[in-house]
Amino acid sequence: MNNDDYLDLDFTDNPSGVQMDRREFLKLAGGGILLYFTVGDLSVLAQQRQGRSLPTDFNAFLRIGEDGRVSCYTGKIEMGQGVVTSLGQMLADELDVPLDAVDMIMGDTDLCPWDMGTFGSMSTRFFGPALRSAGAEARQVLLELASEHLKAPAEKLATENGFAFDKTNKQKRVSYAQLAKGKKIERHSTGKVAVKKPSEFRIMGKSVTRRDSQEKVTGKAKYAGDVQLPGMLYARILRPPAHGAKLIDVDLSEARQVKDVQVIKDGDFVAALHTYPDVAEMALAKIKAKFDAPKSDLDEKNIFDHLLKVAPSGNVVAKDGNLQAGEQAAATIVEESYFDGYKAHAPIEPHTAVVKIDGNKATVWASTQTPFSAKEEVARELGFPSENVRVIPPFVGGGFGGKSRNLQVVEAARLAKLSGKPVQVAWTRKEEFFFDSFRPAAVVKIRSGITEKGQMSFWDYHVYFAGERGSLQFYSIPNHSTTVYNASWTGGAGTHPFATGPWRAPANNTNTFARESQIDIMAAKAGIDPVEFRLQHLRNEKMQRVLKTAAEKFEWKPAKAPSGRGFGVACGIDAGTTVATMAEVEVDRATGNVQVKRVVCAQDMGLVINPEGATIQMEGCITMGLGYALKEDIHFHGGEIHDVNFDTYEIPRFSWLPKIETVIIDNKDSDPQGGGEPAIVTMGGVIANAIYDAIGVRVFQLPMTPERIKEAIKRG
Amino acid sequence: MEETVQFKLNGKPVQLTVDSNRMLLWVLRTDLGVTGTKYGCGEGYCAACTIVVNNEAVRSCQTAVKDVKGKEVLTIEGLAKTGKLHPLQKAFMEHDALQCGYCTPGMIMNAYAFLRKNPRPSRSQIIEGMEDNLCRCGAHNRIVQAIQTAGKEMKGGA
Repeated sequence: MNNDDYLDLDFTDNPSGVQMDRREFLKLAGGGILLYFTVGDLSVLAQQRQGRSLPTDFNAFLRIGEDGRVSCYTGKIEMGQGVVTSLGQMLADELDVPLDAVDMIMGDTDLCPWDMGTFGSMSTRFFGPALRSAGAEARQVLLELASEHLKAPAEKLATENGFAFDKTNKQKRVSYAQLAKGKKIERHSTGKVAVKKPSEFRIMGKSVTRRDSQEKVTGKAKYAGDVQLPGMLYARILRPPAHGAKLIDVDLSEARQVKDVQVIKDGDFVAALHTYPDVAEMALAKIKAKFDAPKSDLDEKNIFDHLLKVAPSGNVVAKDGNLQAGEQAAATIVEESYFDGYKAHAPIEPHTAVVKIDGNKATVWASTQTPFSAKEEVARELGFPSENVRVIPPFVGGGFGGKSRNLQVVEAARLAKLSGKPVQVAWTRKEEFFFDSFRPAAVVKIRSGITEKGQMSFWDYHVYFAGERGSLQFYSIPNHSTTVYNASWTGGAGTHPFATGPWRAPANNTNTFARESQIDIMAAKAGIDPVEFRLQHLRNEKMQRVLKTAAEKFEWKPAKAPSGRGFGVACGIDAGTTVATMAEVEVDRATGNVQVKRVVCAQDMGLVINPEGATIQMEGCITMGLGYALKEDIHFHGGEIHDVNFDTYEIPRFSWLPKIETVIIDNKDSDPQGGGEPAIVTMGGVIANAIYDAIGVRVFQLPMTPERIKEAIKRG
Repeated sequence: MEETVQFKLNGKPVQLTVDSNRMLLWVLRTDLGVTGTKYGCGEGYCAACTIVVNNEAVRSCQTAVKDVKGKEVLTIEGLAKTGKLHPLQKAFMEHDALQCGYCTPGMIMNAYAFLRKNPRPSRSQIIEGMEDNLCRCGAHNRIVQAIQTAGKEMKGGA
């Protein structure tokens, strides 16, 4: 494969082989103006990079090329969330160039500076302000150059559409391309040049459609599985029937007879490889293997007792007042437990990676949210220095937190080394369900009370294994305490029977479901409308405004629940964004089926770069959230996963669709906050509360399946 | 068993000697290098691999090569004619009816066959017609709108 073909696979028009040494980079990148900048705290950066031989004083940069095009290099990746568009908008606006003059070069570990990974709704939130500031500073450099070129003081100049011009005579102008021509200028962002005020925005704050959609609607967009190299083999790997199972015997003889199949056995690691994936699959099926699975009786029913039994001691993460005094002041006390089962990420694109080894260098194409971790892992697997490994993330077909581990990348590297050929590992759907890092099963216990006047007097909150995010309550309750048992979503040894990890708005879905259900129970006990009850207990002005906005849009009329209308409300805070959601449901008492008819969601996410993009993320959150609220649950026995495809693991379909209305509160003067996750956190709570309002029964476990609803009706 | 199979792919004749029991999904993606059609579940549950055979939407992961002998196979790559995007492709772009884009080729191909049968569908007919196509990003509402828009532009013709 020649170099030009490789470049096609880069999806950029940049020189390959660019190393992250600045002098080196300048030499190779040709002329232009380069601006280095730093996202986040440098000391944190140094810590994250421990032992990595990478620049320590910047982690992103932009270049104004001799053709006037602007390139931004960032280690973030695009997986559908739309940052390729919103980051481009920020830069185009600050630099005064058209949006289509900006190229985002994302995630390529040879071209882009080190990045921790794309998750936590951080791209716009943390990367955005630094990017804007760098853009503003680059514009300043252009103005200085223009001042020389046009022989006019910089303060008399303005910029527009890729040109600097004299404000008194617009004909006197020079393009950025001319200014960058033959120059080799590098600057380090000082952060001292002011960014634009919202009133000066031309591109930010305006809706633009996705920049990658034409490639995606024509089939041209390349995902990792679409990377095909000469001589490449597709691998299918022998898998155990259950987590923890050990291979005790294997017979490869029949598989080896399949024409042109390469069967590899390296210890317990067994794979069949062929130039066609389906032939590799067929050969794999001929391998006879015996596994010894450890005995375990854990399943989706008894897992909660197990978790409570093995829970470590708790950490009090918030506390105020005196719980005892609060209990004494209470006229009514409610103590409830809430349960949440394991959830799969289930992106439609399964984990995929291609690894090609040339001598002591490796090139990797992978569906990953963490290309720089993948680079280190492949280097370790192959025994190469990490600078000899390049990871190129093509389009990623959905991540949702699940593509942060890179097991498939390491497997492809191992097989490329063993086979001596480029290898593609593309997990089957069954493997995707087996090796997922599931959202953890979790328990929340809440004890809370209200006074005779309907004021909440105390709140004692205990969350086991969901994680800390979203556990802090934002209501005004004089005596409260929040205790977290195992603050991370990965659990420890002996807790979960398989891997768990972050799932879109990790921990917060479980915490918000529990908190907002309990708040609704308190409102019902107080005999107060649930929106009114929340407003009475809110001092958080942002949340008040968001909740009132949602109520107005929904045309919420106060009523004590259960009103029979099937209306629910839930509030949440995630990734700096404040959200309130209302829903209308219809519950079929005979079948237990729930149809969500309408969802209204209001959100304050600070400055919004692309309102259309933000709206799409809210809609996506609401739609995806229907799944974990109503149907998604992993069934298992010990380490054996029973859900292996979409027939039993039901994700939202077209017929589930409610009417969705979204409101983004105008808050241009605040920093931008997360947008890809917040709205999903309210979906469990809002539906639980709407079901209660419809039929007067409450479901305490996610998902709220027809069976659980029928059971709840029977219990009364 | 190996045999020579002929069919039309995106308007052009194709002749291959293959084990004709192999699924079309893999033959398209690997033997023919046409990668717009995606693997999602391998068992016909997600419809990411949907293509159109003689104007019918089929799951290419469940369709053997021998079943398309002499037939017209249309994939996402064949939808744009002479460089002009198909109304469905344009509508998906206008409505931002996609996020990660991985389910998009299957969505568009399913919608294509659906609109040929029902050029002026109601919203509920679209929902019914698209029910088996899965999308994890939650672009469903916009996909429905895009299909409505495309249907209007096509005015019954594909």
